[in-house]
Amino acid sequence: MSNTLLSLDGVDTFYGEFQALFDLSIEVGVGECVALVGSNGAGKSTLLKVISGLMSPRSGTVSLRGENIGGVGAETVVKKGVTLVPEGRRLFPSLTVEENLLMGAQAKRGGPWSLERIYQLFPNIAERRRNLGGALSGGQQQMVAIGRALMTNPDLLLCDEISLGLAPVVVRELYERMATIRAQGMAVVIVEQDIGQASKVATKLYCLRSGRVVLEGSPSSLSRQQITEAYFGLETTAHGHS
Amino acid sequence: MAILEVIVQAMMLGGLYALFAAGLALVFGIMRIVNLAHGDFIVIAGFLALIVTWAIPVHPFVSLLIVIPVMAAIGYVLQRGLLNRIVGADPMAPLLVTFGLSILIQNALLQAFSGDTRKLQAGAIETSSMSIGGTAVGHYPILVFVVAVGVIWGLQTLFYKTRLGYVLRATSDDAQTVRLMGVDHRHIYAIASALAFAVIAVAGVLMAVRTNFDPTLGPARLLTAFEVVIIGGLGSFWGALIGGMVLGLAQAIGARIDPGIQMLVGHVVFLLVLLVRPNGLMPKVGH
Repeated sequence: MSNTLLSLDGVDTFYGEFQALFDLSIEVGVGECVALVGSNGAGKSTLLKVISGLMSPRSGTVSLRGENIGGVGAETVVKKGVTLVPEGRRLFPSLTVEENLLMGAQAKRGGPWSLERIYQLFPNIAERRRNLGGALSGGQQQMVAIGRALMTNPDLLLCDEISLGLAPVVVRELYERMATIRAQGMAVVIVEQDIGQASKVATKLYCLRSGRVVLEGSPSSLSRQQITEAYFGLETTAHGHS
Repeated sequence: MAILEVIVQAMMLGGLYALFAAGLALVFGIMRIVNLAHGDFIVIAGFLALIVTWAIPVHPFVSLLIVIPVMAAIGYVLQRGLLNRIVGADPMAPLLVTFGLSILIQNALLQAFSGDTRKLQAGAIETSSMSIGGTAVGHYPILVFVVAVGVIWGLQTLFYKTRLGYVLRATSDDAQTVRLMGVDHRHIYAIASALAFAVIAVAGVLMAVRTNFDPTLGPARLLTAFEVVIIGGLGSFWGALIGGMVLGLAQAIGARIDPGIQMLVGHVVFLLVLLVRPNGLMPKVGH
């Protein structure tokens, strides 16, 4: 398919002897918003680490626009247009907000995102640009983490649990901004434990369990029950329909 | 005037010690590596300047034009080729590797240059002085102090006012996450090491002009650098200057009382600081 941006095919990944992903295949189209849902330990974060280059697949391929990027390393993957907003935000504590954002520009990719655009998107971090990252609230830190990733001007943005530990009102605000971000034509992969939030924004949903894709489809075509069953691995009569 | 003499002596010792310590603090701050061969590289810089001044008849200070880039290159290659393999592993590995390196360097220098003591000849500046209130104040101690302040100011400015500075600090914070910004942390580590070795080059040449040196002097320089870093704390590069001045002043006062107890007084003051302010006079805040 010509509009495929990223595809993983038969990916196996290990932490030492422990296998975290099994023969996993997913596809992300240009401009698409894909949600990865699943419980703790399902392999969602591992999958994002493999795509972003922080981990190498032991077998299988990760291809971006047809080019294999599996195992080339995170610093190379980001230059090709894939950026991860890591779990736990991971701001640089000894850098100011602005310096954190400027770190994203180190990838030296041209594009629509600049300091001014980030400050327009998140006005309340603009006021705190001289503060150290650690001095901000959790929600503001997440905005800086997203802004820093946008500064790399990615074609594909990977978001790992951006709502974790944040108040519902802040989460709503973040997801509203996500719509603005996507309006630029950027593809997004969102990892969430909260199925509701993820299926609202996503055009495609993959449910992972024990390192395997157990359900895929568009959120509108999947029933709440199907997703819940796949999520928890319940064997019920409804399973036959999926 | 005794006080002025002590202060001048303290400025020279303190400046030199600050330069010994700055490189050690830089490497530890960014990579969490304690380089036990740090002192031996200071000695190498001295020998390198010696070779340069043998090969081409230039003043030792002019030899820095060659010694600084060569030492920086050694620092880059050492980090990239050897130390990067053990960064972030358990802290024992870098200790063992750099300890081995220290022994290797001392023996290699002994082989190449014998155990004879050497000195760089800097000419008139070594003994020239001016008179302040009837006391002869040497030009060289003032020069050492000014260079130390300049180097520390330069490092501080580089780290907090430039693009390379925030990339270095970010890499020190979180080497995994900088990779997500397209930064190769291995290269940044090597740049940090090259910077430290550039400072080592300056320290080595200033030391070799002031005193006799031989291949076995490294470990004592390392001990001094350690004491300075611990007295000053890891909060900023100015900590190295303050630590250096405290140690230099203690030794200068000790030497004034009795030349035999110069080092002892320095160590006692170091222990006192460790007792009262274990994180140093300018500790790292936050985190």
